Amino acid sequence: MKTRYLLQVYGRQFGTLFGLIALSIVLWILTPHFMTVSNLLNVAQQTAIVAIIAAGMTFVIITAGIDLSVGSVLAFSGVVMATLLLGGLPLGLALLSGVGTGLFCGLINGLLISVGRLPPFIATLGMMSVARGAALVFTEGRPVSGFSDSFRQIAVGEVLRIPAPVVIMLAVYLIAHFVLTRTKLGRYTYAIGGNEEAAILSGVNVRLYRTLVYGLCGGLSGLAAIILTARLNSAQPIAGIMYELDAIAAVVIGGTSLIGGEGTVFGTLIGALIMGVLRNGLTLLGVSSFVQQIVIGSVIIVAVLFDMAWKTNRK
Amino acid sequence: MQHIRKTFPGVVALDNVSFELRKGEVHVLLGENGAGKSTLMKILSGAYQKSEGEILIDGQEVDIRSPRDAQGLGISIIYQELNLVPHLSAAANIFLGREPLRYGSLLDRKTMNREARQILGGLGIDVDVRRAVSDLSIAQQQMVEVAKAISLDSKILIMDEPTSALTEREIKELFSRIRKLKAAGVSIIYISHRMEELFEIGDRVTVLRDGKNVGSHELSEITTPDLIRLMVNRELTNQFPKIRASQGGEVLKVEDLNRKGILHNISFSLHRGEVLGIAGLLGSGRTELARALFGADNIDSGKIYFKGKLQPARSPRSAINSGIGFLTEDRKKQGLVLALSVRENVCLPSVDKFSKYGIVNAAEENNAAAKYIKELRIKTPSLNQKVTYLSGGNQQKVVLSKWLCCQADVLIFDEPTRGIDVGSKAEIYELMNQLTASGVGVIMISSELPELLGMSDRILVMHQGRISGEFTSEEATQEKILHSALGG
Repeated sequence: MKTRYLLQVYGRQFGTLFGLIALSIVLWILTPHFMTVSNLLNVAQQTAIVAIIAAGMTFVIITAGIDLSVGSVLAFSGVVMATLLLGGLPLGLALLSGVGTGLFCGLINGLLISVGRLPPFIATLGMMSVARGAALVFTEGRPVSGFSDSFRQIAVGEVLRIPAPVVIMLAVYLIAHFVLTRTKLGRYTYAIGGNEEAAILSGVNVRLYRTLVYGLCGGLSGLAAIILTARLNSAQPIAGIMYELDAIAAVVIGGTSLIGGEGTVFGTLIGALIMGVLRNGLTLLGVSSFVQQIVIGSVIIVAVLFDMAWKTNRK
Repeated sequence: MQHIRKTFPGVVALDNVSFELRKGEVHVLLGENGAGKSTLMKILSGAYQKSEGEILIDGQEVDIRSPRDAQGLGISIIYQELNLVPHLSAAANIFLGREPLRYGSLLDRKTMNREARQILGGLGIDVDVRRAVSDLSIAQQQMVEVAKAISLDSKILIMDEPTSALTEREIKELFSRIRKLKAAGVSIIYISHRMEELFEIGDRVTVLRDGKNVGSHELSEITTPDLIRLMVNRELTNQFPKIRASQGGEVLKVEDLNRKGILHNISFSLHRGEVLGIAGLLGSGRTELARALFGADNIDSGKIYFKGKLQPARSPRSAINSGIGFLTEDRKKQGLVLALSVRENVCLPSVDKFSKYGIVNAAEENNAAAKYIKELRIKTPSLNQKVTYLSGGNQQKVVLSKWLCCQADVLIFDEPTRGIDVGSKAEIYELMNQLTASGVGVIMISSELPELLGMSDRILVMHQGRISGEFTSEEATQEKILHSALGG
């Protein structure tokens, strides 16, 4: 009973995991350098930023929404935090300001959608432009750089030889999984996406929880901004362009349905890793970055085709 | 159809079912919810694939892999939930996917409208084919579906609960059209739970039980009790096992409730242990009244007292917190989150009870869900089965569990037995008895007069948003209720 239940709930994720493993084996055969500890950690580190955003995006997409603003929100959060940090704000408070800026933008998205009744696509499309513009205005278009070593530890530090961004990513996923499966917020996230009307009539405060979900997605974009800023040693107002599409792709490859009501964060993590591994492998193989785009786009399409075939098959 | 078998994850839905349809007959398919009627029809119409067995048409074995294959073979299905595109016109819906064209690419609207008018006219239906179907009544929409089936040259027409949303008069018209189709040689498979209808319209009947065919009979040679016995495999002595509970104090009081254009000057009260029936035609404001009581819709004026206290906040949450539960008319659209499990649905309104600091205690939830699965005899392979895989009757029991789990003091049932088989109906009635015995006040909205008369202690009748009549169960008759419902 237990295994069947696991298979029913996570079967789709096993499929994605199998894809990730198969991909890794192929790359291992093609290029010996792929399967080394340092390279794998490198992949994980490069994946971390998009993966953290994609965790929040998973919540949003399970509610049958979408957040196009994550890349811009990341840039805005990054420059706000960097400016405050250089202005002398203590490290802890500066980090909070980064997450807080993302959270703030996300909550605005959420309010526009749940109270203003705007379609998520439109509300976050607007925020995408507003936050990007705000980041540019805030910095007059220039990068903000020159941080202390203690701040840079967020990107270059290690815990038990694992890079800090990877540790943060894993922590985010463990917490996100817990929230999604064991808390009221998680339960309501599925209920809102699965059947909003039934959720309302079951007494769920749909407006509040939908707003919180967008806030969560924005807050995680802020967290991703901190890591990116630390890694580049610079906060760029033009950072994070196209990150929304990478995040959405990771969620979708991971088996979360754009119709809402279904999905898991671990699927998303595997989806993000597939994209990271693929990029890394293609680079190691010397494939040009132009061709890489074609390959990655095709993988997204094929993954979703498999996903649909899997779901039809179960009917 | 011969030796059809269909399995779903964890369930055998159909087990070696054979079924024969003759030319020009109305063949009734009968069975409790979950007996396999819908599954069998979905296989015939190409929505599902059979796991084993064969389908023969005019003696030829056919392979049906998609709804398109089925259409090509002259098989059409009209679902209970109609399948029309609301914003398109009636004509556009009839010709959807095979629009007549001019110059090979431009829509030929004239021909389309003319032919649509012809088909509908042939059925004796007078609707403007250019109007969007969302502007038509349910009965008219259904006729558009029938017209679509006819325009496809269907030889086999499957109708799933076609009368569930129709008025008496509309049903009569539907039946006269079915007879016309029959005379034209169309074979009709008719699924319904309304016994009295079957004898009026059907020629033969096949009864399914637990995914097996338990017999086909001429309807002229069989009686209602026989059919019920075949369906449930036990005698149902009394259709409405009403037990009168002793009535306690006033639990709900409504004073002068108004919602512009919808509800006017509604006042009534409900006592503990009472079943208050609400009758009325479609559109009389019954469901709107329920939604207003539950806080799902706004009101313009009026007061709602619950256990003697004025209800200030107006939202489903506050209604639930004060102990009101609402079993909606449409369980799939409003009652359940189909992609969630039985456990998660049962605990959805009461999840606060099972959580601390926002973290849900899974063990407590499991216990609660297991309790109701046992008490209400919900047929499910596990607590974690998605409710989408359950049959209609079992889904309804999950909805009921939701509110039992909240320990509501007032339960509003909106069409509690619509589309549910006799066995589950009796179980729902028995639950109502248990509820009233424990002091719960029940409001039951229903279109089925026998049910209202059989189960209510008192009946309110609504007409155009007003209460147009009130009867005790002793004085109420079908005639009196109908008279009030029509505004008399």
